[in-house]
Amino acid sequence: MEFIKITDVEKVYKTGVTAIYGLNLRIKKGDFAFIIGASGSGKSTLIKMLYREEKPTRGEILVGGVNVGKLRNRKVYKLRRKLGIVFQDFKLLPKLTVYENVAFALEMYGLPKSEIRQKTLKAIELVGLKEKTKSYPHQLSGGEQQRVSIARAIVNSPKLLICDEPTGNLDPDTSMEIMKVLEVINDLGTTIIVVTHDRDIVNRLKKRVILLDKGRLKKDYEKGTYDKNEKH
Amino acid sequence: MRKELTIRMRNIRILGRNIRDGIKNVFRNFSLAFASISCITVTLIIVAVSIVGSWNVQNFTKLIRDDFTIVVFVKNDASAEDETKIRSEIEKINNVESIDFMSKKEIMDQMKKSSQTFNNVMSSWDENENPLDDTFQVRVKNDEKISDTAEKIKAIEKVDTVKYGEGMVESMVSIFKIIRYILIAMVLGLVVVTAFLIVNTIKITIFSRQEEIEIKRLVGASNTSIKQPFIIEGLIIGTLGSIIPIIVTIYGYSILYEKTGGKLFSQFIKLVEPLPFSLYVSAILLVIGVIVGMFGSSRAVRKYLKI
Repeated sequence: MEFIKITDVEKVYKTGVTAIYGLNLRIKKGDFAFIIGASGSGKSTLIKMLYREEKPTRGEILVGGVNVGKLRNRKVYKLRRKLGIVFQDFKLLPKLTVYENVAFALEMYGLPKSEIRQKTLKAIELVGLKEKTKSYPHQLSGGEQQRVSIARAIVNSPKLLICDEPTGNLDPDTSMEIMKVLEVINDLGTTIIVVTHDRDIVNRLKKRVILLDKGRLKKDYEKGTYDKNEKH
Repeated sequence: MRKELTIRMRNIRILGRNIRDGIKNVFRNFSLAFASISCITVTLIIVAVSIVGSWNVQNFTKLIRDDFTIVVFVKNDASAEDETKIRSEIEKINNVESIDFMSKKEIMDQMKKSSQTFNNVMSSWDENENPLDDTFQVRVKNDEKISDTAEKIKAIEKVDTVKYGEGMVESMVSIFKIIRYILIAMVLGLVVVTAFLIVNTIKITIFSRQEEIEIKRLVGASNTSIKQPFIIEGLIIGTLGSIIPIIVTIYGYSILYEKTGGKLFSQFIKLVEPLPFSLYVSAILLVIGVIVGMFGSSRAVRKYLKI
Protein backbone atom coordinates (compact mmCIF):
# COMPACT_ATOMS: atom_id res chain seq x y z
CA MET A 1 0.00 0.00 0.00
CA GLU A 2 1.40 3.32 -1.03
CA PHE A 3 1.06 6.03 1.54
CA ILE A 4 2.86 8.78 -0.35
CA LYS A 5 2.58 9.13 -4.11
CA ILE A 6 4.61 11.84 -5.78
CA THR A 7 3.98 12.13 -9.51
CA ASP A 8 5.87 14.43 -11.87
CA VAL A 9 6.38 17.10 -9.28
CA GLU A 10 8.17 20.31 -10.05
CA LYS A 11 8.69 23.16 -7.65
CA VAL A 12 9.68 26.63 -8.81
CA TYR A 13 9.97 29.31 -6.15
CA LYS A 14 8.73 32.84 -6.74
CA THR A 15 12.36 33.93 -7.03
CA GLY A 16 12.59 31.79 -10.17
CA VAL A 17 14.75 29.11 -8.56
CA THR A 18 13.72 25.56 -9.41
CA ALA A 19 14.14 23.32 -6.38
CA ILE A 20 12.62 20.07 -7.68
CA TYR A 21 12.51 18.74 -11.25
CA GLY A 22 10.04 16.08 -12.41
CA LEU A 23 10.15 13.97 -9.28
CA ASN A 24 8.42 10.60 -9.01
CA LEU A 25 8.43 8.78 -5.72
CA ARG A 26 6.40 6.18 -3.87
CA ILE A 27 6.62 5.49 -0.18
CA LYS A 28 4.79 2.53 1.28
CA LYS A 29 2.86 2.41 4.49
CA GLY A 30 5.17 1.44 7.34
CA ASP A 31 8.33 2.41 5.44
CA PHE A 32 11.34 4.01 7.04
CA ALA A 33 13.13 6.22 4.53
CA PHE A 34 16.05 8.60 4.69
CA ILE A 35 16.18 11.52 2.32
CA ILE A 36 19.74 12.65 1.82
CA GLY A 37 21.55 15.07 -0.41
CA ALA A 38 23.76 18.13 -0.36
CA SER A 39 22.50 21.53 0.69
CA GLY A 40 20.28 22.92 -2.05
CA SER A 41 19.46 19.46 -3.39
CA GLY A 42 15.77 20.05 -2.68
CA LYS A 43 15.25 17.75 0.30
CA SER A 44 13.79 20.44 2.50
CA THR A 45 11.50 21.58 -0.28
CA LEU A 46 10.38 18.00 -0.81
CA ILE A 47 9.29 17.41 2.78
CA LYS A 48 7.82 20.90 3.12
CA MET A 49 5.55 19.94 0.24
CA LEU A 50 4.54 16.80 2.13
CA TYR A 51 3.08 18.82 4.98
CA ARG A 52 1.94 21.61 2.70
CA GLU A 53 4.18 24.39 3.84
CA GLU A 54 5.00 24.68 0.15
CA LYS A 55 2.78 23.82 -2.79
CA PRO A 56 4.08 21.97 -5.85
CA THR A 57 4.18 24.13 -8.98
CA ARG A 58 3.36 21.15 -11.19
CA GLY A 59 2.43 17.52 -10.63
CA GLU A 60 0.56 15.77 -7.88
CA ILE A 61 1.36 14.81 -4.31
CA LEU A 62 -0.91 12.42 -2.47
CA VAL A 63 -0.34 11.90 1.26
CA GLY A 64 -2.66 9.29 2.75
CA GLY A 65 -5.14 10.01 -0.03
CA VAL A 66 -5.05 13.80 0.41
CA ASN A 67 -4.10 15.82 -2.64
CA VAL A 68 -1.71 18.20 -0.94
CA GLY A 69 -1.33 20.67 -3.80
CA LYS A 70 -5.04 21.30 -3.97
CA LEU A 71 -5.50 21.72 -0.24
CA ARG A 72 -6.77 25.17 0.68
CA ASN A 73 -5.05 27.12 3.38
CA ARG A 74 -8.07 26.85 5.65
CA LYS A 75 -8.12 23.05 5.34
CA VAL A 76 -4.42 22.43 5.91
CA TYR A 77 -5.04 21.37 9.50
CA LYS A 78 -6.88 18.28 8.27
CA LEU A 79 -3.68 17.04 6.63
CA ARG A 80 -1.48 18.03 9.56
CA ARG A 81 -3.59 16.00 11.98
CA LYS A 82 -2.69 12.90 10.02
CA LEU A 83 1.01 13.46 10.37
CA GLY A 84 3.61 14.40 12.94
CA ILE A 85 6.52 16.73 12.24
CA VAL A 86 9.84 16.88 14.08
CA PHE A 87 12.25 19.75 13.52
CA GLN A 88 15.94 20.28 13.99
CA ASP A 89 15.29 23.15 16.42
CA PHE A 90 12.57 21.23 18.34
CA LYS A 91 10.05 24.12 18.27
CA LEU A 92 8.93 23.65 21.84
CA LEU A 93 7.11 26.38 23.74
CA PRO A 94 9.46 27.53 26.51
CA LYS A 95 6.72 28.58 28.91
CA LEU A 96 5.03 25.17 28.90
CA THR A 97 6.12 22.02 30.70
CA VAL A 98 6.94 18.79 28.90
CA TYR A 99 3.44 17.53 29.58
CA GLU A 100 1.81 20.75 28.36
CA ASN A 101 3.96 20.85 25.24
CA VAL A 102 2.83 17.37 24.28
CA ALA A 103 -0.80 17.82 25.34
CA PHE A 104 -0.96 21.11 23.44
CA ALA A 105 -1.80 19.56 20.08
CA LEU A 106 -4.63 17.45 21.49
CA GLU A 107 -6.06 20.46 23.28
CA MET A 108 -6.27 22.20 19.95
CA TYR A 109 -8.36 19.31 18.64
CA GLY A 110 -10.83 19.68 21.50
CA LEU A 111 -10.41 16.23 23.03
CA PRO A 112 -11.74 15.62 26.54
CA LYS A 113 -9.25 16.04 29.38
CA SER A 114 -9.12 12.38 30.37
CA GLU A 115 -8.33 11.31 26.82
CA ILE A 116 -5.65 13.99 26.50
CA ARG A 117 -4.05 12.85 29.73
CA GLN A 118 -3.99 9.21 28.72
CA LYS A 119 -2.56 9.83 25.23
CA THR A 120 -0.03 12.38 26.41
CA LEU A 121 1.39 10.15 29.14
CA LYS A 122 1.58 7.24 26.70
CA ALA A 123 3.56 9.31 24.18
CA ILE A 124 5.90 10.67 26.85
CA GLU A 125 6.52 7.15 28.13
CA LEU A 126 7.26 5.88 24.63
CA VAL A 127 10.08 8.41 24.18
CA GLY A 128 11.39 7.61 27.67
CA LEU A 129 10.72 10.88 29.45
CA LYS A 130 8.32 9.66 32.11
CA GLU A 131 10.40 11.21 34.89
CA LYS A 132 10.44 14.65 33.32
CA THR A 133 6.80 15.46 32.64
CA LYS A 134 6.87 18.54 34.86
CA SER A 135 10.16 19.95 33.60
CA TYR A 136 10.43 22.96 31.35
CA PRO A 137 12.33 22.76 28.05
CA HIS A 138 15.27 24.83 29.34
CA GLN A 139 15.83 22.26 32.09
CA LEU A 140 16.31 19.48 29.52
CA SER A 141 19.27 18.42 27.38
CA GLY A 142 19.09 18.72 23.59
CA GLY A 143 18.35 15.03 23.19
CA GLU A 144 15.57 15.21 25.76
CA GLN A 145 14.07 18.24 24.07
CA GLN A 146 14.05 16.36 20.79
CA ARG A 147 12.26 13.48 22.50
CA VAL A 148 9.62 15.89 23.72
CA SER A 149 9.10 17.12 20.19
CA ILE A 150 8.84 13.52 18.96
CA ALA A 151 6.29 12.80 21.68
CA ARG A 152 4.29 15.81 20.54
CA ALA A 153 4.48 14.64 16.94
CA ILE A 154 3.22 11.12 17.71
CA VAL A 155 0.70 11.93 20.42
CA ASN A 156 -2.21 11.81 18.00
CA SER A 157 -1.00 8.45 16.56
CA PRO A 158 -0.26 9.81 13.08
CA LYS A 159 0.22 7.52 10.08
CA LEU A 160 3.30 9.46 9.02
CA LEU A 161 6.16 11.03 10.93
CA ILE A 162 8.28 13.58 9.08
CA CYS A 163 11.61 14.47 10.64
CA ASP A 164 13.61 17.40 9.32
CA GLU A 165 17.23 16.94 10.42
CA PRO A 166 16.14 15.59 13.81
CA THR A 167 19.72 15.00 14.93
CA GLY A 168 21.23 18.13 13.42
CA ASN A 169 21.81 19.74 16.81
CA LEU A 170 22.79 16.60 18.71
CA ASP A 171 25.99 14.69 19.45
CA PRO A 172 26.47 11.22 17.85
CA ASP A 173 25.44 9.15 20.90
CA THR A 174 22.31 11.18 21.48
CA SER A 175 21.55 11.00 17.78
CA MET A 176 21.59 7.22 17.89
CA GLU A 177 19.25 7.25 20.87
CA ILE A 178 16.83 9.44 18.95
CA MET A 179 17.04 7.08 15.98
CA LYS A 180 16.24 4.15 18.26
CA VAL A 181 13.14 5.94 19.44
CA LEU A 182 12.15 6.46 15.79
CA GLU A 183 12.71 2.78 15.06
CA VAL A 184 10.37 1.83 17.92
CA ILE A 185 7.73 4.14 16.53
CA ASN A 186 8.27 2.65 13.08
CA ASP A 187 7.79 -0.85 14.48
CA LEU A 188 4.39 0.26 15.78
CA GLY A 189 3.38 0.85 12.16
CA THR A 190 4.07 4.53 11.57
CA THR A 191 5.65 5.52 8.26
CA ILE A 192 8.77 7.57 8.90
CA ILE A 193 10.69 9.95 6.65
CA VAL A 194 13.93 11.40 7.93
CA VAL A 195 15.85 14.15 6.18
CA THR A 196 19.44 14.09 7.31
CA HIS A 197 23.08 14.94 6.74
CA ASP A 198 24.26 12.42 9.25
CA ARG A 199 26.26 9.78 7.40
CA ASP A 200 26.71 7.72 10.53
CA ILE A 201 23.08 7.05 11.36
CA VAL A 202 22.17 6.30 7.75
CA ASN A 203 24.92 3.73 7.51
CA ARG A 204 24.05 2.11 10.81
CA LEU A 205 20.32 1.81 10.33
CA LYS A 206 20.38 0.30 6.81
CA LYS A 207 16.99 1.61 5.76
CA ARG A 208 15.74 2.87 2.46
CA VAL A 209 17.82 5.81 1.22
CA ILE A 210 16.58 8.38 -1.28
CA LEU A 211 19.34 10.55 -2.67
CA LEU A 212 18.50 13.88 -4.21
CA ASP A 213 20.91 15.87 -6.30
CA LYS A 214 20.19 19.34 -7.60
CA GLY A 215 16.49 18.82 -7.46
CA ARG A 216 16.48 15.39 -9.13
CA LEU A 217 16.16 11.89 -7.73
CA LYS A 218 19.62 10.42 -8.15
CA LYS A 219 19.46 7.12 -6.32
CA ASP A 220 16.90 5.10 -4.39
CA TYR A 221 18.33 2.14 -2.47
CA GLU A 222 16.29 -0.45 -0.61
CA LYS A 223 18.75 -1.16 2.18
CA GLY A 224 21.14 1.59 1.32
CA THR A 225 24.06 3.33 2.85
CA TYR A 226 25.40 6.81 2.60
CA ASP A 227 28.12 6.34 0.01
CA LYS A 228 31.34 8.10 0.86
CA ASN A 229 31.77 9.14 -2.72
CA GLU A 230 28.51 10.97 -2.77
CA LYS A 231 28.83 14.66 -2.43
CA HIS A 232 28.00 15.76 1.03
CA MET B 1 -26.30 12.13 15.17
CA ARG B 2 -23.65 10.91 17.59
CA LYS B 3 -20.90 12.22 15.40
CA GLU B 4 -22.53 15.65 15.26
CA LEU B 5 -22.82 15.66 19.00
CA THR B 6 -19.14 14.84 19.51
CA ILE B 7 -18.15 17.54 17.04
CA ARG B 8 -20.28 20.03 18.94
CA MET B 9 -18.75 18.89 22.23
CA ARG B 10 -15.31 19.34 20.75
CA ASN B 11 -16.07 22.84 19.57
CA ILE B 12 -17.43 23.75 22.98
CA ARG B 13 -14.30 22.41 24.64
CA ILE B 14 -12.07 24.30 22.20
CA LEU B 15 -14.05 27.49 22.82
CA GLY B 16 -13.80 26.99 26.58
CA ARG B 17 -10.05 26.55 26.43
CA ASN B 18 -9.69 29.51 24.12
CA ILE B 19 -11.72 31.78 26.41
CA ARG B 20 -9.44 30.74 29.25
CA ASP B 21 -6.35 31.39 27.13
CA GLY B 22 -7.68 34.72 25.86
CA ILE B 23 -8.21 35.99 29.40
CA LYS B 24 -4.83 34.65 30.50
CA ASN B 25 -3.09 36.36 27.61
CA VAL B 26 -4.53 39.79 28.38
CA PHE B 27 -3.02 39.66 31.86
CA ARG B 28 0.15 37.83 30.90
CA ASN B 29 1.06 40.48 28.33
CA PHE B 30 -0.57 43.29 30.25
CA SER B 31 1.87 46.03 29.27
CA LEU B 32 1.02 45.46 25.61
CA ALA B 33 -2.67 44.99 26.29
CA PHE B 34 -2.52 48.24 28.24
CA ALA B 35 -1.25 50.06 25.16
CA SER B 36 -4.25 48.83 23.16
CA ILE B 37 -6.64 49.63 25.99
CA SER B 38 -5.35 53.22 26.31
CA CYS B 39 -5.58 53.62 22.58
CA ILE B 40 -9.23 52.58 22.60
CA THR B 41 -9.95 54.71 25.68
CA VAL B 42 -8.62 57.93 24.16
CA THR B 43 -10.43 57.44 20.89
CA LEU B 44 -13.67 56.46 22.51
CA ILE B 45 -13.65 59.63 24.63
CA ILE B 46 -13.35 61.68 21.45
CA VAL B 47 -16.00 59.53 19.81
CA ALA B 48 -18.25 60.10 22.83
CA VAL B 49 -17.83 63.87 22.59
CA SER B 50 -18.62 63.73 18.88
CA ILE B 51 -21.70 61.57 19.37
CA VAL B 52 -23.01 63.80 22.17
CA GLY B 53 -22.29 66.85 20.02
CA SER B 54 -23.95 65.59 16.87
CA TRP B 55 -26.95 64.27 18.76
CA ASN B 56 -27.46 67.64 20.41
CA VAL B 57 -27.00 69.52 17.18
CA GLN B 58 -29.66 67.35 15.66
CA ASN B 59 -31.88 68.12 18.60
CA PHE B 60 -31.38 71.91 18.20
CA THR B 61 -32.22 71.64 14.55
CA LYS B 62 -35.40 69.80 15.33
CA LEU B 63 -36.44 72.35 17.95
CA ILE B 64 -35.74 75.25 15.60
CA ARG B 65 -37.65 73.60 12.81
CA ASP B 66 -40.60 73.07 15.10
CA ASP B 67 -40.58 76.82 15.72
CA PHE B 68 -40.47 77.67 12.05
CA THR B 69 -43.42 79.95 11.25
CA ILE B 70 -44.34 82.34 8.51
CA VAL B 71 -46.01 85.44 9.85
CA VAL B 72 -48.56 86.87 7.42
CA PHE B 73 -49.57 90.49 7.95
CA VAL B 74 -52.98 91.35 6.53
CA LYS B 75 -53.56 94.83 5.04
CA ASN B 76 -55.16 97.16 7.52
CA ASP B 77 -58.23 97.80 5.37
CA ALA B 78 -59.13 94.12 4.98
CA SER B 79 -62.59 93.07 6.10
CA ALA B 80 -63.46 89.94 8.06
CA GLU B 81 -64.64 88.37 4.79
CA ASP B 82 -61.29 89.09 3.13
CA GLU B 83 -59.57 87.39 6.05
CA THR B 84 -61.64 84.22 5.69
CA LYS B 85 -60.70 84.23 2.01
CA ILE B 86 -57.01 84.63 2.77
CA ARG B 87 -57.20 81.78 5.26
CA SER B 88 -58.75 79.41 2.75
CA GLU B 89 -56.21 80.46 0.10
CA ILE B 90 -53.34 79.70 2.48
CA GLU B 91 -54.88 76.36 3.39
CA LYS B 92 -54.80 75.39 -0.27
CA ILE B 93 -50.99 75.57 -0.36
CA ASN B 94 -49.46 72.10 -0.08
CA ASN B 95 -46.66 72.83 2.29
CA VAL B 96 -48.88 74.42 4.95
CA GLU B 97 -49.35 72.46 8.11
CA SER B 98 -51.40 74.74 10.37
CA ILE B 99 -52.65 78.30 10.58
CA ASP B 100 -53.22 80.39 13.67
CA PHE B 101 -55.04 83.71 13.53
CA MET B 102 -54.22 86.61 15.80
CA SER B 103 -56.28 89.78 15.60
CA LYS B 104 -54.65 93.17 16.00
CA LYS B 105 -56.46 93.58 19.30
CA GLU B 106 -54.96 90.38 20.66
CA ILE B 107 -51.53 91.48 19.55
CA MET B 108 -52.01 94.82 21.21
CA ASP B 109 -53.10 93.20 24.48
CA GLN B 110 -50.10 90.93 24.38
CA MET B 111 -47.75 93.82 23.80
CA LYS B 112 -49.33 95.85 26.55
CA LYS B 113 -48.73 93.02 28.96
CA SER B 114 -45.16 92.59 27.89
CA SER B 115 -43.96 96.09 28.77
CA GLN B 116 -44.99 99.11 30.77
CA THR B 117 -43.95 101.54 28.01
CA PHE B 118 -46.09 99.81 25.40
CA ASN B 119 -48.92 99.83 27.90
CA ASN B 120 -48.67 103.59 28.40
CA VAL B 121 -48.55 104.37 24.69
CA MET B 122 -51.16 101.91 23.53
CA SER B 123 -53.73 102.72 26.23
CA SER B 124 -54.31 106.06 24.52
CA TRP B 125 -55.28 104.38 21.22
CA ASP B 126 -58.93 103.84 20.55
CA GLU B 127 -60.39 100.85 18.78
CA ASN B 128 -60.13 102.23 15.22
CA GLU B 129 -56.78 103.88 15.67
CA ASN B 130 -54.86 100.64 16.26
CA PRO B 131 -52.09 100.73 13.62
CA LEU B 132 -51.19 97.08 13.99
CA ASP B 133 -52.19 94.43 11.47
CA ASP B 134 -54.12 91.23 11.93
CA THR B 135 -51.75 88.31 11.44
CA PHE B 136 -51.77 84.64 10.50
CA GLN B 137 -49.02 82.39 11.84
CA VAL B 138 -48.41 79.64 9.36
CA ARG B 139 -46.44 76.50 10.15
CA VAL B 140 -44.94 74.61 7.24
CA LYS B 141 -44.37 70.91 6.71
CA ASN B 142 -41.07 71.14 4.87
CA ASP B 143 -38.96 74.06 6.01
CA GLU B 144 -36.61 73.80 3.06
CA LYS B 145 -39.42 75.07 0.82
CA ILE B 146 -40.32 77.88 3.19
CA SER B 147 -39.32 80.73 0.88
CA ASP B 148 -41.38 79.25 -1.91
CA THR B 149 -44.42 78.97 0.35
CA ALA B 150 -43.89 82.52 1.58
CA GLU B 151 -43.87 83.79 -2.01
CA LYS B 152 -47.18 82.07 -2.73
CA ILE B 153 -48.78 83.60 0.35
CA LYS B 154 -47.48 87.02 -0.59
CA ALA B 155 -49.27 86.78 -3.92
CA ILE B 156 -52.66 86.45 -2.21
CA GLU B 157 -54.84 89.58 -2.35
CA LYS B 158 -54.93 91.87 0.68
CA VAL B 159 -51.79 90.33 2.13
CA ASP B 160 -49.41 93.06 3.16
CA THR B 161 -46.10 91.55 4.16
CA VAL B 162 -44.80 88.06 4.86
CA LYS B 163 -41.97 87.36 7.29
CA TYR B 164 -40.17 84.10 7.99
CA GLY B 165 -36.76 85.02 9.38
CA GLU B 166 -35.43 86.20 6.04
CA GLY B 167 -33.00 83.33 5.47
CA MET B 168 -31.44 83.61 8.93
CA VAL B 169 -33.14 80.51 10.25
CA GLU B 170 -32.53 78.67 7.04
CA SER B 171 -28.81 79.28 7.12
CA MET B 172 -28.71 78.31 10.78
CA VAL B 173 -30.32 75.01 9.98
CA SER B 174 -27.93 74.35 7.13
CA ILE B 175 -24.95 75.25 9.30
CA PHE B 176 -26.15 72.80 11.90
CA LYS B 177 -26.52 70.21 9.18
CA ILE B 178 -22.91 70.73 8.14
CA ILE B 179 -21.70 70.57 11.74
CA ARG B 180 -23.54 67.32 12.21
CA TYR B 181 -22.04 65.80 9.07
CA ILE B 182 -18.57 66.84 10.18
CA LEU B 183 -19.10 65.25 13.58
CA ILE B 184 -20.40 62.02 12.04
CA ALA B 185 -17.44 61.92 9.66
CA MET B 186 -15.16 62.44 12.65
CA VAL B 187 -16.72 59.52 14.50
CA LEU B 188 -16.35 57.22 11.49
CA GLY B 189 -12.81 58.41 10.80
CA LEU B 190 -11.78 57.90 14.40
CA VAL B 191 -13.24 54.42 14.51
CA VAL B 192 -11.29 53.43 11.40
CA VAL B 193 -8.08 55.02 12.68
CA THR B 194 -8.40 53.27 16.04
CA ALA B 195 -9.04 49.98 14.33
CA PHE B 196 -5.74 50.37 12.47
CA LEU B 197 -3.88 51.50 15.57
CA ILE B 198 -5.19 48.49 17.40
CA VAL B 199 -4.28 46.16 14.56
CA ASN B 200 -0.73 47.46 14.90
CA THR B 201 -0.60 47.35 18.67
CA ILE B 202 -1.94 43.83 18.71
CA LYS B 203 0.47 42.88 15.95
CA ILE B 204 3.29 43.71 18.35
CA THR B 205 1.70 41.44 20.94
CA ILE B 206 1.29 38.72 18.39
CA PHE B 207 4.80 39.12 17.05
CA SER B 208 6.11 37.74 20.32
CA ARG B 209 3.74 34.81 19.96
CA GLN B 210 4.49 34.12 16.32
CA GLU B 211 6.22 30.87 17.21
CA GLU B 212 3.24 29.69 19.20
CA ILE B 213 0.95 30.32 16.23
CA GLU B 214 3.37 28.59 13.88
CA ILE B 215 3.57 25.51 16.10
CA LYS B 216 -0.20 25.44 16.47
CA ARG B 217 -0.52 25.43 12.69
CA LEU B 218 2.08 22.68 12.37
CA VAL B 219 0.45 20.38 14.90
CA GLY B 220 -2.86 20.69 13.08
CA ALA B 221 -4.88 23.37 14.83
CA SER B 222 -7.57 24.86 12.63
CA ASN B 223 -7.35 28.56 11.83
CA THR B 224 -10.53 29.25 13.76
CA SER B 225 -9.21 27.68 16.92
CA ILE B 226 -5.95 29.63 16.58
CA LYS B 227 -7.79 32.90 16.04
CA GLN B 228 -10.33 32.45 18.84
CA PRO B 229 -8.15 33.33 21.84
CA PHE B 230 -6.92 36.45 20.06
CA ILE B 231 -10.44 37.54 19.22
CA ILE B 232 -11.50 36.97 22.81
CA GLU B 233 -8.47 38.98 23.89
CA GLY B 234 -9.64 41.78 21.57
CA LEU B 235 -13.10 41.60 23.08
CA ILE B 236 -11.70 41.98 26.59
CA ILE B 237 -9.39 44.82 25.52
CA GLY B 238 -12.30 46.59 23.83
CA THR B 239 -14.51 46.21 26.89
CA LEU B 240 -11.81 47.43 29.28
CA GLY B 241 -11.04 50.31 26.93
CA SER B 242 -14.63 51.53 26.95
CA ILE B 243 -15.01 51.70 30.76
CA ILE B 244 -13.45 55.15 31.24
CA PRO B 245 -15.22 56.72 28.22
CA ILE B 246 -18.55 55.41 29.54
CA ILE B 247 -17.93 56.90 32.99
CA VAL B 248 -16.88 60.17 31.37
CA THR B 249 -20.03 60.21 29.24
CA ILE B 250 -22.49 59.44 32.01
CA TYR B 251 -21.01 61.72 34.68
CA GLY B 252 -19.57 64.36 32.39
CA TYR B 253 -22.78 64.90 30.49
CA SER B 254 -25.02 65.05 33.54
CA ILE B 255 -22.64 67.58 35.15
CA LEU B 256 -22.66 69.65 31.95
CA TYR B 257 -26.44 69.50 31.86
CA GLU B 258 -26.74 70.60 35.48
CA LYS B 259 -24.22 73.43 35.18
CA THR B 260 -25.88 74.90 32.11
CA GLY B 261 -29.39 74.20 33.28
CA GLY B 262 -29.96 72.29 30.08
CA LYS B 263 -29.50 75.37 27.88
CA LEU B 264 -26.58 76.45 25.80
CA PHE B 265 -25.86 80.15 24.91
CA SER B 266 -29.54 81.06 24.67
CA GLN B 267 -33.02 79.91 25.53
CA PHE B 268 -33.44 78.33 22.12
CA ILE B 269 -30.60 75.81 22.27
CA LYS B 270 -31.78 73.14 24.63
CA LEU B 271 -29.63 70.12 25.49
CA VAL B 272 -30.92 66.57 25.33
CA GLU B 273 -31.81 65.31 28.80
CA PRO B 274 -29.05 63.13 30.29
CA LEU B 275 -31.23 60.07 30.86
CA PRO B 276 -31.62 57.79 29.03
CA PHE B 277 -29.48 59.62 26.44
CA SER B 278 -26.09 59.03 28.10
CA LEU B 279 -26.93 55.34 28.51
CA TYR B 280 -27.57 55.02 24.77
CA VAL B 281 -24.25 56.72 24.05
CA SER B 282 -22.54 54.35 26.51
CA ALA B 283 -24.03 51.34 24.78
CA ILE B 284 -22.78 52.66 21.43
CA LEU B 285 -19.29 53.19 22.90
CA LEU B 286 -19.18 49.66 24.32
CA VAL B 287 -20.25 48.17 21.00
CA ILE B 288 -17.66 50.22 19.08
CA GLY B 289 -14.94 49.26 21.58
CA VAL B 290 -15.74 45.55 21.40
CA ILE B 291 -16.06 45.45 17.62
CA VAL B 292 -12.88 47.43 17.05
CA GLY B 293 -10.99 45.23 19.52
CA MET B 294 -12.19 41.98 17.99
CA PHE B 295 -11.71 43.18 14.43
CA GLY B 296 -8.24 44.47 15.27
CA SER B 297 -7.09 41.17 16.74
CA SER B 298 -8.62 39.09 14.03
CA ARG B 299 -6.89 41.19 11.35
CA ALA B 300 -3.58 41.06 13.17
CA VAL B 301 -3.47 37.25 13.46
CA ARG B 302 -4.53 36.67 9.89
CA LYS B 303 -1.07 37.41 8.57
CA TYR B 304 0.41 34.54 10.54
CA LEU B 305 -2.09 31.95 9.41
CA LYS B 306 -0.60 31.42 5.97
CA ILE B 307 2.32 29.18 6.82
